Amino acid sequence: MKVVLDKLTKRFPNRNKKIKTEVTAVDNFCFEIPDGTLVGLLGPSGCGKSTTLNLISGLEKPTEGRVFFGDTDVTDMAPEDRGVGLVFQNYALYPHLTVQQNIMFPLQNFRGERKLTKEVMLEKTLEAAKLVQIDGLMERKPNELSGGQQQRVAIARALVKAPKVLLLDEPLSNLDARLRLQTREEIRRIQRETKVTTIFVTHDQEEAMSISDLIVVMKDGRVHQIGKPQEVYDDPANLFVAKFLGTPPINVFKGRVKKHMIYIGDNAILKAEKAEDGDVYVGIRPEGFIPDEKGELEVSLKGLEVMGRDTTIVSDHKDCENVEIRSIVSAETRIDTAAGSIRFKVKPAKTHIFDAESGERIYY
Amino acid sequence: MKSRKTKDIILNVVKYTFLGFWGLIVLFPFYWMIISSLKGYGAYNSEYIPKFYAADPTFENYKSAFTTVNLGGYFFNTVIFAVVTTAIMLVVITLAAFAFARLDFKGKNIVFTVFLSLMMIPNELIIITNFVTITDMGLRNTFTGLILPSVTSVFYIYLLKENFEQIPENLYKAAKVDGTSDFKYLIRVMIPICKPTMITITILKIIECWNSFVWPRLITDNEKYYLVSNGIQEIRENGFGRENIPAMMAAVVVISVPLIILFFVFRKQIMAGVQKSGTKG
Amino acid sequence: MKKNNLKGWLYLLPAIIFLGIFMIYPLIDVLIYSFEEGYNFASQTHNGTGWYNYSYVLHDTYFLQALKNTFILVIITVPLSTGTALLIAMALSSIKKLRELFQTVFFLPYVTNTLAVGLVFMILFKKTAYSDGMVNLLINFFGGESVDFIDGPYWAKMLVLCIYTVWIVMPFKILILTGALASVKDDLYKAAKIDSTPKWRVFTRITLPMISPMIFYLVITGFIGAFKAYSDAVALFGTDLNAAQMNTLVGYIYDMLYGSSGGYPSYASAAALILFCIVLTITCINLMVSKKSVVKGV
Repeated sequence: MKVVLDKLTKRFPNRNKKIKTEVTAVDNFCFEIPDGTLVGLLGPSGCGKSTTLNLISGLEKPTEGRVFFGDTDVTDMAPEDRGVGLVFQNYALYPHLTVQQNIMFPLQNFRGERKLTKEVMLEKTLEAAKLVQIDGLMERKPNELSGGQQQRVAIARALVKAPKVLLLDEPLSNLDARLRLQTREEIRRIQRETKVTTIFVTHDQEEAMSISDLIVVMKDGRVHQIGKPQEVYDDPANLFVAKFLGTPPINVFKGRVKKHMIYIGDNAILKAEKAEDGDVYVGIRPEGFIPDEKGELEVSLKGLEVMGRDTTIVSDHKDCENVEIRSIVSAETRIDTAAGSIRFKVKPAKTHIFDAESGERIYY
Repeated sequence: MKSRKTKDIILNVVKYTFLGFWGLIVLFPFYWMIISSLKGYGAYNSEYIPKFYAADPTFENYKSAFTTVNLGGYFFNTVIFAVVTTAIMLVVITLAAFAFARLDFKGKNIVFTVFLSLMMIPNELIIITNFVTITDMGLRNTFTGLILPSVTSVFYIYLLKENFEQIPENLYKAAKVDGTSDFKYLIRVMIPICKPTMITITILKIIECWNSFVWPRLITDNEKYYLVSNGIQEIRENGFGRENIPAMMAAVVVISVPLIILFFVFRKQIMAGVQKSGTKG
Repeated sequence: MKKNNLKGWLYLLPAIIFLGIFMIYPLIDVLIYSFEEGYNFASQTHNGTGWYNYSYVLHDTYFLQALKNTFILVIITVPLSTGTALLIAMALSSIKKLRELFQTVFFLPYVTNTLAVGLVFMILFKKTAYSDGMVNLLINFFGGESVDFIDGPYWAKMLVLCIYTVWIVMPFKILILTGALASVKDDLYKAAKIDSTPKWRVFTRITLPMISPMIFYLVITGFIGAFKAYSDAVALFGTDLNAAQMNTLVGYIYDMLYGSSGGYPSYASAAALILFCIVLTITCINLMVSKKSVVKGV
C-alpha cells in the first residue's frame, strides 16, 4: 500500500496558555511512500517525527492537508479503520496479559463480518509469533521478557492483523547497543518477508541509513530531503542534512568562493566553475581527505587514532566550525606524527559548499 | 565500649517493654471479650473478682446470641448492605475515574475541582437533608434507603483516577489503533492493571460498611433492617436482659470476627491503603 | 484528540447524580433549614426566617453540655494520642525483631466495630452489683477506691470516653507516623552519625523537622475527628447521651433530628453549621500555626 502525504500540516496550541501563537509541529508535508518500502523518518528530537507518525496512524487529526493510503483518503478515518500497526518506543505491552494474549488482543476487536473464530485467532497469533521468533514464550508476561523480546512481541502485535502500513516509533532506542544492531536487522528481515509498507521514526542516522529503502530527513516540522540513504549522504540538499548524516560528522569550514575558486582561509582548494562569488560553508566528509605534501589545505596536526582497518587523523584549522577535523585514511598511509602540520588534497565528490546565509547547497 | 553496650541493652528493654505494654492494652479487650463469652451466665455473675480464664468453657452464649436475639438477621443485613453498596460504588467510581483520567471533554476540570472540594464537606452537614430526603421518598426501613447515599465516594474516585493516570498513555494509543473501544479498554486493560488498588478500595469500603452506625440508626427503626452496629446497641439496651454479659460478649465476638479475618487475609493491602488515604487525603 | 463531550459526561453521570442528590443539594438545603423558623416536619411548613434556630441552639443547656464535653475530649485526646503514637512509632522504627507482629497487633483496633468493642470497654470499667469490674480491681490492687466509670461521676465517665477514643484512633496515627519515619532518608542519619551527632540532637534537628508536616497533619485530622466523636460515646453510655451528660456535638445534632427528642431538622441544621464553623476555625488556626512551625523546623 503506498502512502501519500499531501500538504500535511499540524499546529498545536502553545503549551503556555498565555501565548496565543501556535506551535507548528508538521509544516506542509508532501511526499509519497511507494508500496512495500521501509522508510526512516530521521531528525533531531522535537522535529515533528512522532507527530507525523501519529497523523499517519490517525491518533492525531491534521490541521490541514490529506493522508492517502493507496487511492483512499483516510484523513477523516478513525485509527482503527485505517488498518495500521503501531509499535511504540516503550512497547506499550499490556502488563497483565501474556505474550499470546497481547498478540491476540487486536484480533479480538474485530466485529461483524471480520470477526474471527477462536481457532483462526490462535493460528494467526502463532504465525505472527513465529515471524518474530518468540513462539516459545507465549505464556510469559511482559515483565518476564528482555527488552528485545518485548520489542518482538510489540511488532508481532502490530503485524497480527495484517496491517496495510506498519508504523514504528523509535523502535530501537530502548535497547542496548548490541541488541540494537540485532533488532534492526530483524526489522529489515520481517519487513522483507511481509512486504508491508513500513515507516519508522528515529533520531539515529546510522539506524536510519542502515536499513531504510528511503530516508526522510526532517527538522523543525519541515522535510529537508527525501531519498535513498546513499544518495542523501552523497548529495545532501543543505548544510543541516550534510551535518546530520554520517559518523564522524562532516567537517565544516568557513570559506568563500572567489573567481571560481573555493577558498578555506588563504588556500584555494578546488575549482568551482558554476558558483558565484560570496561567503560559503565548505563541508568535507572525513573520507574526502588525501594526505599529500603538495595538498592545498594545510592544517595543524593534533594526533592519530589508529583503529587497525583505518586511521583517523585529528587536526585543527582556525576556520573549522567543528571542535576538531577528523579525517579517515587507510591504515597503510604513513604519517609523520612529529610534524606540526599536515597537508591534504580534497576529493571533489566528498566536498560540498553551502550558502553561508541559507545553508542551501551550492553546486559548483 | 562496654558501658555503651549496656546502655543499648537497657534502651532495648525499655523499648520492648513499652511496645509490649501497648500491645497488651490493644489485645486485652479482645481477650476479655472472648474469655467472657465462654463463661456461663451463672459462672460469670458469681465471680466478684473476675477470673482471667473460663473455668468451665461453654458455647451456650453463642447459641443464644443467634436464638434469643436476631443476631443472624443483623449479620445477614450487614452482609447484603456491605456487598451491594460496595458493588454499586465500584461501578460508579470506576466510570467516573475513567472519565477524569482518560476522556477529554468540556468542563472536565471544573467538575473535577467541584468533586475535590466536596471531599472537605463533613458528613454531619449533609446527613440532615439526606434523612429528610429518604424519609420523604418513603425509603425508611428499606435497603435502598440504607444504600443510596453511600454509593459514591469522591475520595475513592480521586484515588482510582490517580492510579488510572499512571498507566502509560501509549497503551491507550496502542489500543485505539487496534480498534478497542473506550469501554472495552477500561474493562480489559485498565481495571486488570489497577486490580491492587481496586481490591484495597473494596476492602476499605466493606470495613466502612460493616462499621457504619449513624446512618443506619437514623434510617431504620424496624429491627428487621438493623445492621450489626445497631443490632449490638439494641442487644445492649433491650437484648438478653441487661445483665447477661457473657451472651453480649458472644455477640460482640461474632460481629468482630469477620473483620478480623478480613484484616489478617488482606493485612498488607489494608495497611497500605489506609496509609495512602492518610498521606494523600 | 477529538473531544468526547457527550461520552465523558455519560461516564460521569452516575457519580454526578448521586453526589448531586446526596451531597450538593443537602449542602444548600442545610443552610436553608437553619434559617427557617418554626419548621414543622409533618406539614413541612415554616413561619418565618431568621437567626432564631441558632439562638435556640446556643441557649440550649444540652448543646452547651455537648460543646463542653466535645472540647474536653478534643483537648485531652488529640495531644495524648499523637504524642503516644509518636513514641510508639519511634520505638517501632528502631527495632527489627517482632516489628511486623507489633505493627499488626497495633493496627487491630482500626478494623473493629466501634460499637461492639465499646461494649467490652464498658464491661471492663463498669461497676455492678455483682462485680466492681476489671479496672476497679486494678485500682483496688494499687490501693485505690472503686469508682463507677459508666454511671458514676462526670470526671470518671469523661476519663473512660477519653481512654476509649485514644484506643480507637491510635492505629491510624501509629501507621502514618511509622510511614513518615521510614520515609526519612537513611543518608541523613548516616551523615549525622559521621559527625557524631548525639541522639537527642538527631531527633530534634533531623527526625522531628522531617516528619513535622505529618505530625501537623495528624493533629489537624485528629481535631476534626475528635470534634465528630459520637459512636464511641454511644458505645459506652448508650443512646440516651443527654441523660448521661455525655452527649457530643454530633450526638446533639442526631438527637435533634431523630429519636425521642427528635423532629427538629432546623435546630439540627443550625447545630451542624455551628459545628462546621468551629471545626473550620480550628483547622485554619492549626494550618497557620503549622505553616509557621514547619518552615521554622526545616
